[in-house]
Amino acid sequence: MADGYTVSRRNFIIGTSATGLTIGLMTACAPATEETATADAPAVAEAPEVNAWVHIAPDDTITIRIARSEMGQGTLTGLAQLVAEELNADWDKVTTEYPTPGENLARDRVWGDYATGGSRGIRGSHQYVREGGAAARMMLIEAAANEWGVSPADCTAEKSVISGPDGQTTTYGAVSTAAAALTPPTEIPLKDPADWTIAGQPLMRLDTVDKVTGVQQYGADISLPGMLTASIMQCPVRGGTLESFDAEAVMDRPGVKQVVKVDDVSVAVVADTWWQANEALKVLPVVWNKGEFADLDTAQINELVASGLDADEAFVGNVAGDAAAAIEGAEQIIEATYNYPFQNHATMEPMNATALWTEEKCEVWCPTQNGEAALAAASEAAELPITQCDVYKMLLGGGFGRRGGGDYVTQAVKIAKQMPGTPVKLLWSREEDMQHGFYHPITQAKVRGGLDADGNLTGLHLRIAGQSILAALMPGALRDGMDAFAFQSLLPAGVDPQMEDHTLSYGIDNLLIDHAMRNPPVRPGFWRGVNVNQNAIYMECFMDELAYAAGRDPLEFRLALMEDYPKNAAVLQTAAEAGGWGNDDGRGRGLAVCKAFGSYVAACAEVTVDDAGVLKIHKITAATDPGIAVNPQQIEAQVEGSFVYGLSGLLYGEITFENGEVQERNFDTYNSLRIAQMPEVETIVMASGGFWGGVGEPTIAVAAPAVLNAIHAATGKRIRQLPIKDQDLRAA
Amino acid sequence: MATLKVNGEVKEVDVDDTTPLLWVLRDSLGLTGTKFGCGIAQCGACTVHVDGVPVRSCVYPAAAVTADQEITTIEGLSEDGSHPVQQAWVELDIPQCGYCQPGMIMAVAGLLNENPDASDEDIDQQITNICRCGTLARVRKGVHLAKTKA
Repeated sequence: MADGYTVSRRNFIIGTSATGLTIGLMTACAPATEETATADAPAVAEAPEVNAWVHIAPDDTITIRIARSEMGQGTLTGLAQLVAEELNADWDKVTTEYPTPGENLARDRVWGDYATGGSRGIRGSHQYVREGGAAARMMLIEAAANEWGVSPADCTAEKSVISGPDGQTTTYGAVSTAAAALTPPTEIPLKDPADWTIAGQPLMRLDTVDKVTGVQQYGADISLPGMLTASIMQCPVRGGTLESFDAEAVMDRPGVKQVVKVDDVSVAVVADTWWQANEALKVLPVVWNKGEFADLDTAQINELVASGLDADEAFVGNVAGDAAAAIEGAEQIIEATYNYPFQNHATMEPMNATALWTEEKCEVWCPTQNGEAALAAASEAAELPITQCDVYKMLLGGGFGRRGGGDYVTQAVKIAKQMPGTPVKLLWSREEDMQHGFYHPITQAKVRGGLDADGNLTGLHLRIAGQSILAALMPGALRDGMDAFAFQSLLPAGVDPQMEDHTLSYGIDNLLIDHAMRNPPVRPGFWRGVNVNQNAIYMECFMDELAYAAGRDPLEFRLALMEDYPKNAAVLQTAAEAGGWGNDDGRGRGLAVCKAFGSYVAACAEVTVDDAGVLKIHKITAATDPGIAVNPQQIEAQVEGSFVYGLSGLLYGEITFENGEVQERNFDTYNSLRIAQMPEVETIVMASGGFWGGVGEPTIAVAAPAVLNAIHAATGKRIRQLPIKDQDLRAA
Repeated sequence: MATLKVNGEVKEVDVDDTTPLLWVLRDSLGLTGTKFGCGIAQCGACTVHVDGVPVRSCVYPAAAVTADQEITTIEGLSEDGSHPVQQAWVELDIPQCGYCQPGMIMAVAGLLNENPDASDEDIDQQITNICRCGTLARVRKGVHLAKTKA
C-alpha cells in the first residue's frame, strides 16, 4: 500500500475488506489479477470478489461506491440517494467512496462511465445505480431468508433491518457476507418514484461538515512523505514552443531542487514549497519561440468570426419551410447581431495533480471530471502500461467542464518521471489558469425575422458564426464536418434521439438555423452550459426584439409559438407569473426559456438601472422541469449557483488576446460576481415526472437573456455585445 | 526563523520574510484548510484572522505578524465545528465544491466579530469573497442565521 493512503484515505477503499464485503450486480466480474491488484492498491481488490455499488460492514455502515466525480454539484449525494432508496438503507449509516479508474478497468468497467459532464451525472447512470441498490437489497433479504429457512418473498427490509414472517429480525451488516456469496438476481424491479422516501427528498449533502471545518482535502492540499512541489509556466502563445531556459540562474534560490523541461511548451520549477517554486519561476530566464500566432489579437479573431455571418456556406441545424422567402415577403423585417466572447472557467481551485513515478508504477492524485481520461493521460505520460498506473480522484474545487481533460495530469507525470520515486505536486498559479484555459467558444450571430401586418412571425433565420468545440476537441464526433452540438437548444424536436435533450422551444413554420464554422487558433472547451449559453441569448433576446417590434407582450408572443411545446410553455408561464410579469412596479422584467440537457427551464429577471447607468438585478425567478427530481434542495442550490456563474459571464466574462497572449491574468481583470451583485433567486422545481433531465447546467443559459431583456424593459436599450461591463446602460 | 501563534499554539517556522502567511500555514504548518485561489487578495479563499480581524493571507507577509498576535485559521475557529457560522453553514447546506468556504466562513466570522448585527448592506460591503459554484444566495442567508446563534 502506498504512503499516500494515510493522508487522503477518504478517497480510497479503506482496509475493511477483511470484515466488510461488497455486493455486486451488473456483469459478473473476474477476480482482479495479481497484476491489477498491485496497480489498484486499494484493499478492496482483495475483498470477496463480487462487488460494485454497495459495501456493508458488520456494523451496518453502508459504503456506496460512486463512479462520477463530485465537483460541488451534489451528484455524490444524489447518486447515493438513488442507491440507498432501492436498498431500503438506513440513510444515517450511508457514506460514499470513489472506486479508482484503475479498479474499474481491471473489473471490466463494472462502474461504467466515469465522465462527469453534460449534466449527466445522475441522468446518465440512474438506471444501473438503482439496480445496484435493488439487487443488493434482494440478496441481503435472500441471505436472511436462507438463514431462517423461509422464503425471501415472506421477508421485508426497511432501514437496513430485515424482518421475517415469524417476527425474526436481523440487520444488513449481519448477513452481508452471506449475501455476497449469492448469485446476483437477473430480474431487478425498481420502485415507482412516487413511492420514494430517500430519493426525491430534500436531504442534506453527505459531504458538508468537512467543508466547513477545513478537514476536507482537495488535490491542492495533498501532502505525501518526501513530496516536492512544482509551479509551471507554459508558452504564453499557443502554438509557440519553449526555446531555452537558464536553470542555473535560480538553482541557488531557497528550496529549489530542480528546473524541469516538462514538454515542448512548458518549464517547471520544483522546490520544497510551492511559494519557493513559483517565486523562482517568476525570475527564471526563459526564451520562447512564440510561433505563428505571435501577432494574434482579439480584433483579428472577431473579424474571422464575423466573416461567417453572411457566408454562403453553412451547416444547417434546423430547417422548416422557406425562411428567406417568408422574411423577404414580410410586412416588417427585424435584424440584430449579437456576440458571445471567450470565457474562462476559473475554478476556485487552480489546476493541480500530484504524481509518483517509478519504473514499475505511476500513481496520480488529482481532481478530475473524468477519472478514466486522467488514467489514460497518466499512462501515456508515464510510458507505462495502463495496468501499472492508477488515479486517485480527489474532490474537485470546481469543475464546470475545465477538468474533463488531462493536460495538468500529463504535466505532473512528465515532471515526476524526471524525479523517480519522489512524489511531485504540480499546482498552477492563477495566472497560468487564466492564460491556458479551454475557453468558452467564441461566436456571433445575425438573426433576421419577418412579421406580418398583425405582428405574427412569418419566418426566422438565425445564423451562428464561429467556433466549434467538437472540431477542436473531438473531431471524430463531427457529422460530415458539422458540429450538431453547436445547435444545442435550437434543434428540431422529434428528429434525432441523441439530440432530443437540446431542442428548440418554438414551432416556426419558416425557419433556418445554420452555423458557419470559423475556428480561431484558441483552444475551446466545454464551459458550464456549453453552447446553450450563446444560443439562448441569440434566440431569446431576438424573440424579445420581435415581440416589441410587433407591439406584443413578449410572454404572449412566445406562448403563441409554443402550442406544441407544453412543457416549455409551462415553465415559461410559471416563471413569468411567479416573477411578477406585468407588474407595474418600476422594475424592468425580462424572460427567457429553453430546453437544455433534457430539462425545461425558464427565468424571469427583474432589474433597475439608475441614472448613472448602474444595473441592479433584484431578483430572478426560475422554473425548471427536470422530469424526476432526485433532491429538490440541491436543485435549488444548482439553479442559484448556475446564475452566479452565468451572470458573472454576462457582466464581466471576457478573455481577450494581444500579441497572441491572453490579457486577463487574474480575478482583478477577470472578475466574478460578488454577493453585493447577487440577486434574490426564487427556484420553482416543477418536476412533471417520466423523464430524467439534467440540473447542473440548464438554468445557467436563461439567466443572461432574461437579464438582457429586463435591461431593455427598464431602459429601452438593447445590449447585444457581451460582457456588459464598460457599456453604457443609461436609458436610451 | 519566526515565531507565530496559530490557533492558540506557538509555532517556530523557518521561512524568509517575504513568504506570505498563506504558504507558511499551508506548507510549513500543514494547515491546508486555508486555500490558495488567486495570490493577489482578490478572491478571499485564503482568509484567516489576525487578532480576530479577517486578512487575506496570500499577500500578508508572515513577518508582519508579531509573536503575540493570535492567528486563527478555519481549523481553529472552533474545536468541533460548533462556531455559529459553521453551524449555520451546515444547517443551510451552503457549500457546493466547498473550496472557497473556509475563506468565506472566516470572512463572515470576522464580520460578525466586528458587527454582530450585520445588515445586508454590511454584508455587501464586507463580504467580497468569490465563489464560482455560486453559493452566494445561501451565504447571505447563512450570515443572518449565524447572527441568531451567537
